Amino acid sequence: MTSLQFLWFILIGVLFSGFFFLEGFDFGVGMLVKSFAKTSDERDVVIKTIGPHWDGNEVWLITAGGAMFASFPMWYATLFSGFYLVLFLILAALIFRGVSFEFRANMKTDTWRNFWEWASTIGSFCAAFLFGMLFTAMIAGMPIDKNGDMTAHFGDYVNLFSVVGGVAVTVLCLVHGLNFMRLKTTGSLRERALAWNKILYPVLFAGEVVFAILLFFSTDFFDKKPMTTTAIVVALVIFTVLAYWGVLGNHEWLSFIGSGLSLISVVVLIFNGLFPRVMIANNPANSLLIKNSSNSPYTLHLMTILTFTILPIVLIYFIWSYWVFYKRLASPKQSA
Amino acid sequence: MLNLGLDILGLARFQFGMTTVFHFFFVPFSIGLAFVVAVMETMYAIKGDEDYKKMAQFWGKMFLYSFAVGVVTGIIQEFQFGMNWSEYSRFMGDIFGAPLAIEALAAFFLESTFIGMWMFTWDRFNKWVHTLFIWLVMFGSSLSALWILAANSFMQNPLGYIINQKTGHVQMVSFGKVIGNPQLWNEFPHVIFGAFVTAAFVIAGCSAWRLLKKDHVGFYRKSLNVALVIGLIFSLGSIASGDLQTRYLINNQPMKFAAMEGLYKNSTNKGEWAAVSGFDTKQHKTTWSVDVPYVLNLLSYHKTTGTVKGMNQVNKDMHAKYDKKFGSDMNYYVPTKTLFWSFRIMAGAGALFALLAIVGLIFNRKRSQLIMKQRWFLYILGLCLWLPFVVNTAGWFVTEFGRYPWIVYGLLTIADAVSPNVSVASLLTTNIVYFAMFAIMGLIMIILCHRTLKAGPDVENTDGYAAGDTKELDPYSKGAFNHD
Repeated sequence: MTSLQFLWFILIGVLFSGFFFLEGFDFGVGMLVKSFAKTSDERDVVIKTIGPHWDGNEVWLITAGGAMFASFPMWYATLFSGFYLVLFLILAALIFRGVSFEFRANMKTDTWRNFWEWASTIGSFCAAFLFGMLFTAMIAGMPIDKNGDMTAHFGDYVNLFSVVGGVAVTVLCLVHGLNFMRLKTTGSLRERALAWNKILYPVLFAGEVVFAILLFFSTDFFDKKPMTTTAIVVALVIFTVLAYWGVLGNHEWLSFIGSGLSLISVVVLIFNGLFPRVMIANNPANSLLIKNSSNSPYTLHLMTILTFTILPIVLIYFIWSYWVFYKRLASPKQSA
Repeated sequence: MLNLGLDILGLARFQFGMTTVFHFFFVPFSIGLAFVVAVMETMYAIKGDEDYKKMAQFWGKMFLYSFAVGVVTGIIQEFQFGMNWSEYSRFMGDIFGAPLAIEALAAFFLESTFIGMWMFTWDRFNKWVHTLFIWLVMFGSSLSALWILAANSFMQNPLGYIINQKTGHVQMVSFGKVIGNPQLWNEFPHVIFGAFVTAAFVIAGCSAWRLLKKDHVGFYRKSLNVALVIGLIFSLGSIASGDLQTRYLINNQPMKFAAMEGLYKNSTNKGEWAAVSGFDTKQHKTTWSVDVPYVLNLLSYHKTTGTVKGMNQVNKDMHAKYDKKFGSDMNYYVPTKTLFWSFRIMAGAGALFALLAIVGLIFNRKRSQLIMKQRWFLYILGLCLWLPFVVNTAGWFVTEFGRYPWIVYGLLTIADAVSPNVSVASLLTTNIVYFAMFAIMGLIMIILCHRTLKAGPDVENTDGYAAGDTKELDPYSKGAFNHD
């Protein structure tokens, strides 16, 4: 493994971390459009909190996908063709929730507004769940042949472990979204978000414990890297505890950073466990390794130069755009 | 199981065609609208004329719908290479991944961030800064076209690579050659100009329908004027860049060129050009045609003499060149009828756009009322709002069907590129669902644009972050932390 290959493995991890941190609260907020927001006015406010951002957040996914293609095409090819139906459902979910915000705002009848509100809610739930399920299934090991082609059956990616992983990520996104809502609104929405999180955090703790136990039995992470895996799982729990503390003591930033770091811990856990592999095959001989899945040194070198030139500029205006919309939105007055 | 004669390759190809065509309804529309809206807002910034602000906001609404659909359908495109074309991804990763990643990094972030800024900050920044936002969006979207076309150009005309002896995959040796590919610099202006024409004629067409109803005459005549000036400049630009691109094909992709002109046999020195023609694609010959002398040479070489290789000759050449590696049973003929007619639709429409723009600008002169009296002309303009979408599709048909049987010209065939581990059932399902989703989204797009048009330019912009009753509070003010 060359240092460039290692660097790109880390960079892919960083891009997915950025994606889960940002799109995590996006998904969470999307889920809140129904049931959490009670009136049409409230839904306007809920959607408006992510209005200027959801699009940019999703670009993190596109960049992660593109970067994977540009650095580890074998990984990209195996992962994307192997998890065909899961990714297809993710795409459908992302599409429906993506257009839902713009379409909903322009619908005239309640029926159609209702339709796009459900599209946002269900789409966000499904996207978060399916991403969680996909990555959990991925680390459990998949049937991969010599050519790197994966031929997984339904049971390979839908099983107890992967469903628990999916649910855990969904709940994590949901609490992250609620923490974001606490930061971005005032009044009744802000209070309700706090009240919801008081109930949801115990559920999340339970989910994390079950997930950690299944992780022990379903993956080789604890065998191969007992120290780091344990440390990251502990970190995950600590971040969640800090976030919960932020809920109980009403420290909004602490909660938001806590839930964001919890999501990032999940990504770190996965990438730490994968290393030095990128795809885990049931037959260890067929696992895809960092050293033989990457592009040529020339392309990696080129991508490194370009990324380190462009990414800092992107980060500057990306963060600036959050700063511009930093102000809180007031909850609508209850009219009836 | 029921055998419908469907195979992975056919379904994967259909899916790529369907998703790309649908995606490319919205891409040029968005790029073009960003440009037109940017021009309108700049005129507002310069002249201070509120009408131009209204125009930017009004047509900007259509831009936002189109952008949303363009983004979500774009994700399908990126995932599709890995999902349906895993062998292609492995083979091409070293070249293809880089432009795709840079596209996301350099262009998508710029576009998506500043579109959010533009949408929600009409009242918050001074007009020059706000105008800058839409120019940045426009710049970002053009940049994304550049990078994806760089990837496409390699598929049409591979440059700057070697074949890795161990893996058999392509490997980049010169990034400069990949982005300096002449194919790219012929293709890029054509695509961008085409995008500007698309937006210009949609705006012109929409304005024409409203003028027929005598609705907001001043507003729509002004919009029409901006649209037609842009339409004229860039339809001429499209024709010129299209000409460059076509002539580049003569040596580079002779099969594509011959099929576009419907030539099975080599042309004679007289340069007879078939205006229309019938083909027997099985026997590889032309059944009938209406020929005009010299035109072929004028188009190909800008002079009256010269000859062009016909498809039968090119087929022989290609067998001689590639049989060693790909075997003698390859079929190098491209779908001739598709190329021939797509090319004619594209070229004919280009000329029509320029003509319509000139006539329209004459009718729509400031003091003249001609535009309101020549209703037939408004009807034609109104109908032509659909034409750019047909033309854009025809353009891609020529480019992409014309590289058959290659996915990467001379290096990898389409048949060898498809994912071997994806089932017919999976592909069939995704095809059906994508089709249904596209139909719904397309329909809603049309309804929304129609509704926006009917509601007219006086409807307040409701997207403003500060608009309506959701007033903002400073998070650091005392009130914000009081739980009332």
